[in-house]
Amino acid sequence: MATEVSPKGPDLRPDPQPPMVGGNHSFDSMTEKITGVIFAATPKGWIVGFAIAFMILQVLLVSVTYLVYEGIGIWGVNIPVGWGFDIVNFVWWIGIGHAGTLISAILLLFNQTWRTSINRFAEAMTLFAVACAGLYPLAHMGRPWFAYWLLPYPNTMQLWPQFRSPLEWDVFAVSTYFSVSLMYWYIGLVPDFASVRDRAPNQLLRMIYGVLSLGWRGGSMHWHRYETAYLMLAGLSTPLVLSVHTIISFDFAVANLPGWHATIFPPYFVAGAVYSGFAMVINLAVPIRHFYGMKDFITDKHLDNMAKVMLATGLMVFYGYGVEAFMAYYSANEFERDLMMKNRVFGPYGYFYFALIFCNGLMPQVLWFQRVRSNEAALFLISLVVNVGMWLERFVILMSLQRDFLPSSWGQYSPTFWDISTYIGTFGLFLSLLFLFCRVLPMISIAEMKHLLPESHVHSHKDSHDHSDSAHGGSH
Amino acid sequence: MDAPKVKIYGLVAEFETPTQIVDAANQAREAGYTAMEAYSPFPVMDLHEAVGFKRTMLPTLAFFGGLTGFFTAFTLTTFTSGGAPSFINPFLPDWFYYPLNIGGRPLNSWPAFIPPEFELTVLFASITSVFGMLLLNGYPRLYHPLFNVPRFSRVTTDRFFLCIEAKDSKFDLQGTKQFLEGLQPYEVSEVPE
Repeated sequence: MATEVSPKGPDLRPDPQPPMVGGNHSFDSMTEKITGVIFAATPKGWIVGFAIAFMILQVLLVSVTYLVYEGIGIWGVNIPVGWGFDIVNFVWWIGIGHAGTLISAILLLFNQTWRTSINRFAEAMTLFAVACAGLYPLAHMGRPWFAYWLLPYPNTMQLWPQFRSPLEWDVFAVSTYFSVSLMYWYIGLVPDFASVRDRAPNQLLRMIYGVLSLGWRGGSMHWHRYETAYLMLAGLSTPLVLSVHTIISFDFAVANLPGWHATIFPPYFVAGAVYSGFAMVINLAVPIRHFYGMKDFITDKHLDNMAKVMLATGLMVFYGYGVEAFMAYYSANEFERDLMMKNRVFGPYGYFYFALIFCNGLMPQVLWFQRVRSNEAALFLISLVVNVGMWLERFVILMSLQRDFLPSSWGQYSPTFWDISTYIGTFGLFLSLLFLFCRVLPMISIAEMKHLLPESHVHSHKDSHDHSDSAHGGSH
Repeated sequence: MDAPKVKIYGLVAEFETPTQIVDAANQAREAGYTAMEAYSPFPVMDLHEAVGFKRTMLPTLAFFGGLTGFFTAFTLTTFTSGGAPSFINPFLPDWFYYPLNIGGRPLNSWPAFIPPEFELTVLFASITSVFGMLLLNGYPRLYHPLFNVPRFSRVTTDRFFLCIEAKDSKFDLQGTKQFLEGLQPYEVSEVPE
């Protein structure tokens, strides 16, 4: 394939920003590198990894099948803890998705060019995480074939959903979030599908990617509308992503339960979502750049930046824990105080609370050190711990349900085998989808990456080398 | 306007750098060509202005899309909950009127309706931007005459193309070809229809 071309001309001016692309790449080598993954033979490691992920997916299949067959009695949920692993995992997965939108939308609006090489797979991660999350409320219905009853549609029963309920708000928020993320992702992929189409080694691939690219040919007016639409989607996604986790926090905060009824919940949930999401992005970026040799595109600088975002959001979350504890004390409400101290900190799951403080609050403080941030193995481990910590956080919050106002109605929750197998199973779904994504789609945005190369800049007439003799033309 | 003997879509010139394509498009516009388009592997700043394109109506469309979303959700939540002004309720069909009296709380509990309204505003505005962009651009269109030019496949990698279309009133196969060659492209080729 065409490899003889290199950027010509003396117009390589120094870039004002530090380069976010390593190596010595041209437009051509960049396109070759990213699309090459799709055309290359399937790597052995991919087959092994996908096989493992696919086996874990079967765990989900069995768990959900048995759930539908037997009913949600197979889970540990009961009165007083009517929500168990299902909502913990729902919130956890949704939260992970939020980093993808933050990277693709908010960092775009802030003109952070380093987002470019990680936004594609971070958005993919968003979609797959939201897909995993969406399974839980559906499964928890017990009769998932009636899931459409959640949607507002005119029906023969003449019923409408309760629009005042946070759970109904979830339906709007999560379905909008998924739809907008999907459109954003697909629109980003369209020019890259065209790149793949134009390099496809055979007719079949050319047709498949040609259809996916919708026939994209990169006209200037098309790009102008494309960029406008992309920017508007970023502007719309930014409040959207904040609203989604805010609404999810309303699932808790709108209730009167001690430990839930707090105004800190929306911001603290959003920060927590971004926190765990960035941890997951690091957990994915480290292996991807390693196995696919993408270190020129996902540089150490990227990991460093992501670690800084993690540190910042981690501190916000830690602040949230502090506020929760302080407000419980300051409210002078004995239920709040008892909940905080007797149930949460020194209650039946008290050791979870301490584990959570360690995972989310204390351990990430090592990210202050440059040496830690530049060590990808350490970052990978810290991110894993943070993800565990964020899961614990949701679990600890949920366990407020165990002890409400009347001791006579207290109870203890413990997950069953099927709770745990469903949770493990969703990892199978998430990882299987990610493996497929890495195999068949351009995992880094090709068109946007080209913008990071200095030769993508247009130079003014004055310093254009061929200006002097280009004034004459065929018309006069 | 001399009709060319072989039916052609236009003439396309290939360039190697973004600077060249912007210069070329500017000169073509100054030379009086209007039916032309420049193609690039990534968005090139101001290139659409160089070929004489002003701005897109997309933001306006998206605004009205968002407005539609808001009013859809507003109507849906308020009217079905019986929160509309009471003179409206008799006109609502049965299936669109479902007031829930819970402990005498107000039927028009508008703060609780904000989340659905916000979400549908975002959803409709996003759908309008995405599909508006695709429709205004004429996608999906899987076939295009330019794909007949073998080298045009490099438009998605590293080359820039300026196409002057045959429908342009100034278009003349020889003259336009000469003009394009004067812009010092890598190559000029005819685009068969």
